[in-house]
Amino acid sequence: MAQLVLPKESKVTKGKSIDAAAGAKRRRRFVIYRWDPDSGENPRTDTYDIDLDKCGPMVLDAIIYIKNEIDATLTFRRSCREGICGSCAMNIDGTNTLACTIATESIKGDVTIYPLPHMEVCKDLVPDLSHFYAQYASIKPWMQTQTPPPPDKERLQSKDERVKLDGLYECILCACCSTSCPSYWWNSDRYLGPAILLQAYRWIIDSRDEATGERLDDLEDPFRLYRCHTIMNCARTCPKGLNPGQAIAEIKKLMVSRSI
Amino acid sequence: MSLESDLARVRGLGSAKDGTHTFWHQRITAIALVPLSLWFVVALLCVMDAGHADTVAWIKTPHVTALFIALIVALLYHVKIGLQEVIEDYVHLEWLKLATRIGLNLGAAMCGLVSIVAILKISFGTL
Repeated sequence: MAQLVLPKESKVTKGKSIDAAAGAKRRRRFVIYRWDPDSGENPRTDTYDIDLDKCGPMVLDAIIYIKNEIDATLTFRRSCREGICGSCAMNIDGTNTLACTIATESIKGDVTIYPLPHMEVCKDLVPDLSHFYAQYASIKPWMQTQTPPPPDKERLQSKDERVKLDGLYECILCACCSTSCPSYWWNSDRYLGPAILLQAYRWIIDSRDEATGERLDDLEDPFRLYRCHTIMNCARTCPKGLNPGQAIAEIKKLMVSRSI
Repeated sequence: MSLESDLARVRGLGSAKDGTHTFWHQRITAIALVPLSLWFVVALLCVMDAGHADTVAWIKTPHVTALFIALIVALLYHVKIGLQEVIEDYVHLEWLKLATRIGLNLGAAMCGLVSIVAILKISFGTL
């Protein structure tokens, strides 16, 4: 059954408070989830008061500042700092998003930062995404064809066919949508989740791919696909402004149209 | 502990090649229930002040009998699919999932059977 209460060892306690904003004009409090698997302690939330004039404008700038200047033990993933790698996906101010594309000033009050919800935590803000990536691998995210490519050029697509990939190819697999989806929380062992289903649709709708039927066969399952109940948390939270819910609805439409 | 690879775990037992007809039937029954429910509410309001004999005579009308049966079938099938979705979402103990699914199917079938027999009894009986 769904577990409604956190296990004893997962209860979040109050951690340390560090005030590093003496004399600051733009003081801001960051409340950050911390958990160290080696310590044997419960997770906690540490509080850092910082001077926003000493760091860049984005939340990622602030936590890099905290790591560099205040607390080197703070652990998180980051890479491109421009919303294209998806590494710094985390739950900021109650919403899954990318730390590098959300401005600290856009958040009212304390900035609370947790790892992506309902994922196993490796350390602090780093979730274990192995299962998510295996789900991605399971949909065979590459072009499958029987017809050999033209010998002297690439496989061609009309402009209309190419347009169908807009709103799909931009997905950076940050997992913000999947980890905002209650169906994924309760059934991620079998439900593929919005991110992976959007990626699956990206290949289903690609005019160059020749395995559309097999792809639909693989998805036709009460759990893999039909756990989506279209509550649209995915579209609301997507930091790239994509709509996985619509992609899933399109897959369902294709399923129906090939069976009636 | 399992040394199974992540991909093997994700692929699991493969696709059930099922689910689309459930999805489709849920939509069809939902569409059917819009006029049927409206008819039912309006009809109830109309016969509210009628006596027993008039109400029975009304149910005996062929189209009313048919609409009642259609309402019962569509409603119970829709309820059955909806509750099945809830079970699939929230019940993760395999034995409990199996037991609730069996109970749901038999319960819905029984409710439907009893309701339809009752309607037919009124319709064809001498009540």
